[in-house]
Amino acid sequence: MIGYIVRRLFSTVIVMAVVAFVVFSLLYLTPGDPAAIIAGDIATDEDIRRIHARLGLDDPFLVQFGRWVWSLAHGDLGTSIFTNLPVTQLIGQRIEPTVSLTLCTLVVSILVAVPLGVTAAAKAGGWLDRGVMAFSVLGFSVPVFVFAYILILTFSVELDWLPVQGYRTFHDGVWQWLRHLILPSVALGTVYVALITRMTRASMLDVLAQDYVRTAEAKGLAPEQVLIGHALKNAAIPVVTIIGVGVALLISGAIVTETVFALPGIGRLTVDAILRRDYPIIQGVTLIFSAVYVLVNLAVDLSYVLFDPRIRLT
Amino acid sequence: MNATTVVAPPIAAKSVSPTWRRFRDAFRRHPTALIGGVILILMAAIAVLAPWMGTIDPQAVFPARRLKPPSAEFWFGTDMLGRDVYSRVVYGARVSLIVGLAVAALSTLLGLAIGLVTGYVRRLDAVVMRVMDGLMSIPSVLLAIALMALTKASIGNVIIAITLAEVPRVVRLIRSLVLILREQPYVEAAIAAGTTLPRILVRHVLPNIVAPLLVQGTYVCGSAMITEAILSFIGAGTPPNIPSWGNIMAEGRSLIQIAGYLILYPGICLSLTVLAVNLLGDGMRDALDPRLARRM
Repeated sequence: MIGYIVRRLFSTVIVMAVVAFVVFSLLYLTPGDPAAIIAGDIATDEDIRRIHARLGLDDPFLVQFGRWVWSLAHGDLGTSIFTNLPVTQLIGQRIEPTVSLTLCTLVVSILVAVPLGVTAAAKAGGWLDRGVMAFSVLGFSVPVFVFAYILILTFSVELDWLPVQGYRTFHDGVWQWLRHLILPSVALGTVYVALITRMTRASMLDVLAQDYVRTAEAKGLAPEQVLIGHALKNAAIPVVTIIGVGVALLISGAIVTETVFALPGIGRLTVDAILRRDYPIIQGVTLIFSAVYVLVNLAVDLSYVLFDPRIRLT
Repeated sequence: MNATTVVAPPIAAKSVSPTWRRFRDAFRRHPTALIGGVILILMAAIAVLAPWMGTIDPQAVFPARRLKPPSAEFWFGTDMLGRDVYSRVVYGARVSLIVGLAVAALSTLLGLAIGLVTGYVRRLDAVVMRVMDGLMSIPSVLLAIALMALTKASIGNVIIAITLAEVPRVVRLIRSLVLILREQPYVEAAIAAGTTLPRILVRHVLPNIVAPLLVQGTYVCGSAMITEAILSFIGAGTPPNIPSWGNIMAEGRSLIQIAGYLILYPGICLSLTVLAVNLLGDGMRDALDPRLARRM
């Protein structure tokens, strides 16, 4: 088990190093002078020189990369070109709505998707199963912002049940906070629920065809006990894996969802940075979100230990 | 994938290739795939025939008739500059289809090349796959955003940015297939018979990759259409002077409460097109992997 954990930690370090290198070298992969593009069409030569100096573009590539990694190690993600504030500070100010939105979505999605997938598999071919499959095809096809606007038009504009846009912090009261998160979470969670449900169903169907499930049924266990205790536990690894992989969907989706619902989170920060061509912010956000994604998947891989004794014992 | 493609009954092999026979059977078994195909052909026809679809210049500005709701004259209404939304949506189909097809073609070809090489050259494998793992750890929309922030907005750059984000997944698939195929008895037999490597790749490995690659390409196409719309929607995609579904929705963003149709029509078109692509992909996957077909 220790060997497995050490191996996974080691490969995580390598992947993060590659991510850092890719995120850094994007600036140099693109054709033309990045400073000129960041400065925009109406920039003077002086502006471009200033951005050159700010990004340290005049030094050799490896010197720049070394300096960048060194400041990363000190928790410094650079300085925003537009506001002149540290990127870490800007991200810190915007983190609460993003964390609220993604965590809410994550928890609710798993609570909905896993039971849905298990039930669909237990009654394969039934109406619920067909419904779940149709829903998952739709969930993959309707982009998150289109669905978000359909929700807004229905529940906010027509029915006037929920706020159209905006965010309340947790300190303004739990109910207000939650009310502003319902539609964004539903919009963001749909494709995630579709993904997890589909994988749970497929994985359960695989396991339900195994001999040990038939044995469990034959010895007279209640159907729920077979389903949860025997089948779900053995079907868990692909499900947990897809929950981790799907976090990429949540991150990409959060940027769009925050734009639609005007949530002042990291996604809005990114979109504003695009409009102002504030590259250090985009670089910092890309790096942080990728790190979160890598760490979530590390946690997923380590959780295999809980489900699979073969990993635990070797 | 599996060896059945190679050991198909000789009678069938005479008339049609077994892969295509399976595609044909899949369309019979899965009418939804057929529906997907029909919708896609319709969309393509609309995109090609855009000037003859009762449209006017999608960029023509008429301040006098701003924000008119849908009517007999303006089927999808007009936007904040008085432009005809119907014409813009029809022309917007071109962007989605071009980006979807171009990204699917480029990333499958690029992924195929890299996957074949890494699957066969052990020394490259470790290095290339670590790079691919790293690339895959950057959420694809973010990678595309980062690339678009550093280049001028154009459809070509959108295609390149999304392709770079999609390639690693294709490489992964191809590499895993190559690793299985290179151990197959018929490949070993070919090596023993002194067949050269390029010939083994073309005659024995490639034919078994084509089918799963096509399926993957379909999914890449659908996902690329969504990514393009997302990029345009947040202002990092297709330039505003070209009407695309994402652009039209971006312009409707602040008007959602008074002019929901600005978002609704392009949104429905986009969802329908992606749905059609996905249905086609599901049908093809079922055709190629009957074991998976019963469950997914």
